[in-house]
Amino acid sequence: MLNKNFYLILIISAVFGISFWIGFNVNLLPAEASINAPIYDELFKILFIIGLIIFIGMTIAVIYSLFKFRKRKDQYGDGIALEGNLTLEIVWTIIPSIIVLIIGLYSYNIYDRMGGMKELNHSHEMMTANTEKIWAGISQASNNEVASNNLSVEVSAMQFAFLFNYPKGEFISGELHVPVDRKVSMKMESKDVIHAFWVPEFRIKQDIIPGQPTILNFTPTKVGKYPIICAELCGPYHGGMRASIIVEEESDYKDWFNKNTKTEVSL
Amino acid sequence: MTISIDPQDSNTKSLQPKGWLRYFSFSLDHKVIGIQYLVCGFLFYLIGGTLASAIRIELASPMSDFMPRDVYNQVLTLHGTIMIFLWIVPVVNGAFGNYLIPFYVGARDMAFPRLNAVAFWLIPPSGLMLVASYFVEGAAQAGWTAYPPLSITTPQSGQIIWIMSVLLLGGSSIFGGINFIATIIKLRRPGLKLMQLPMYCWAMLGTSLLVVLSTPVLAGTLILLSFDIVAHTGFFNPVLGGNVVVYQHLFWFYSHPAVYIMVLPAFGLVSEILPVHSRKPLFGYTTMVFSIMGIVVLGLVVWAHHMFTSGTPPWMRLFFTIATAFIAVPTGIKFFNWVATLWGGKISINSAMLFSCGFIINFVFGGITGVALAQVPFDIHVHDTYFVVAHFHYIVYGGTVFIIFSSIYHWFPKVTGKLMSEKLGILHFAITFIGFNLCFAPQHWLGLNGMPRRVAEYDPQFQFVNQISSLGALLMAISTIPFLVNIFLSIKNGKDSGDNPWNALTPEWLTSSPPPVENWEGEAPLVEEPYGYGKPISQEN
Repeated sequence: MLNKNFYLILIISAVFGISFWIGFNVNLLPAEASINAPIYDELFKILFIIGLIIFIGMTIAVIYSLFKFRKRKDQYGDGIALEGNLTLEIVWTIIPSIIVLIIGLYSYNIYDRMGGMKELNHSHEMMTANTEKIWAGISQASNNEVASNNLSVEVSAMQFAFLFNYPKGEFISGELHVPVDRKVSMKMESKDVIHAFWVPEFRIKQDIIPGQPTILNFTPTKVGKYPIICAELCGPYHGGMRASIIVEEESDYKDWFNKNTKTEVSL
Repeated sequence: MTISIDPQDSNTKSLQPKGWLRYFSFSLDHKVIGIQYLVCGFLFYLIGGTLASAIRIELASPMSDFMPRDVYNQVLTLHGTIMIFLWIVPVVNGAFGNYLIPFYVGARDMAFPRLNAVAFWLIPPSGLMLVASYFVEGAAQAGWTAYPPLSITTPQSGQIIWIMSVLLLGGSSIFGGINFIATIIKLRRPGLKLMQLPMYCWAMLGTSLLVVLSTPVLAGTLILLSFDIVAHTGFFNPVLGGNVVVYQHLFWFYSHPAVYIMVLPAFGLVSEILPVHSRKPLFGYTTMVFSIMGIVVLGLVVWAHHMFTSGTPPWMRLFFTIATAFIAVPTGIKFFNWVATLWGGKISINSAMLFSCGFIINFVFGGITGVALAQVPFDIHVHDTYFVVAHFHYIVYGGTVFIIFSSIYHWFPKVTGKLMSEKLGILHFAITFIGFNLCFAPQHWLGLNGMPRRVAEYDPQFQFVNQISSLGALLMAISTIPFLVNIFLSIKNGKDSGDNPWNALTPEWLTSSPPPVENWEGEAPLVEEPYGYGKPISQEN
């Protein structure tokens, strides 16, 4: 029986079908190169699909109304004097509230899995007294959480460069070299204005603030060279303020590290 | 007690210049002031648009080659400041608010006509001062957010002029807000109940509450910032022990509500336009009122979602995520109600209607990316990227500016007594809608894939998508031409519209077009059902 409800159900399933298809088949994100990235992409996919369903649904409703209820040439007078419908109002208050609440709880879960809610126990040898208040970025827990195994790097940002200080090797580098699959723990501070540390392939970002150290932890999972981008307006050369992060095998990393170390230090 | 102005008693008004000269005078007539706001705002829109074009030309190639890097930062700072403080806020509040609110409450003018004129006349000098600061030592170049310490270390004269200009514009906005609250609460015609007011009154009441509550915070913040710059105090200067993140909290305590100061009046305007052109009552009046007030309350407690990467503590991030995402609920209610208003109507497909429907589609898209951005883990990747740029242009351009155009098409006959050309209007809509989406939709992808905002140079892999975006910007610039041609032709040779070309029921149409100085020849009519389409009251017309 082809009645109104049949078409309505057909359209709704088409909207859902198209949204899910696009959500699963269209990739809008760059490569995944850290533990955070697949978690982020999972959240993105869910939000993308829900967003598409609402957007396509609303757009169809508007365009359909314009066609179906347009005033024909011979028509005069008004539409129906319908001033509201309490049931409908309750429905479209409660359903969005539930969706928003579920998204909120789900993103809380994602954030927790990224390590955002963890207490920071920054095991940094060079760190100043315990009384110093450290502001948190994401504190990503790695699979093999052994604090002593973390690679500690001190980042200082200035107009218009990043410098990476490897305290264990007592040297400073303009490129950030890190071994794959090992947790990197960074303490960041700015020498002048606010900058931000962003690696799109890692899906992480943290402002680097003058006078207030911030911490960012991550675990790279894919060997390669990725851009480090300053994401906070910091002056005329802001667009040029970039560096590279080179994720390499443990052995390659050790070679690079030893080459740069002033005094030989065993890892 | 109600205040009434006796036409015989208003000597000051009869002494004012007549004809086009009154638009250059210190006029006390709310209708003249409304037009002053609109035309002045539109001139600044053209300046801000020119700056936007300069940005898109620079970004058509990956290298910084069109203008010097510091000039680029000045251009993006001025573009943001002009579009917000000199175009959108004055026009959706000052222009339409001044023109319409006295009609809607059945008054002959605003509660404080002189304050009203002062509020407008603060705008041209501060706007000119802002633009002219480019010729002093270079304009401000720390972005419209003016985050210290960058704003303390960049050339000082431009930054100080920027601060003074924004302070004056904020003052103008507060004067306007007080005036609207007083007019809506105290100047209502006897017998007119609050719940019978057209929806734009409620939107303006909510907006004005936000203006009055949050703008003083911005003023205080900018005064402290100016102390840091000229007197070398250390409120926000880390070298002197100041805290830069405190500035961000204070700044966003105003500047997030500022988004609602820009969109709530647009929500009100579209609620006036849709019922008229679809010949149906506004769906769900009561829930619309409550959702406006819900947005006002929630809008005051979401500011820190601009600071998820600033090192805010986890519990704070969580609170602001939930609060921000929940704004989607009252906002969603409004959109469902507008679609329900269209449903079953007899819709005239004209320029005003098309721009309003374009608004619904664009704003829903911007709202969805807004809910996504409210989620901390999502925001951490795309914060300060082109994704955010795309999101807020969907809200303020795809949303509010579309409604400004829709409102101009809708109320042009009221102001001039002439009809605008529908053909040119529909052409204007088509180019704007295509150009806008071509310009900003691709920017979501740019942000997700690694292009930060406020940059003059970028990774060459983004060149093609940036060129699509620049092409869209070119279309948006071109779309201004049919609009301006339409305005000038219609003023000169437009068809006579009669007093009420849309057969509307809201009070501003129940007088002659253009209206007399005191709005009505006799008593103001009592409009108990401003949306009574399909009812006997509508058939009488």
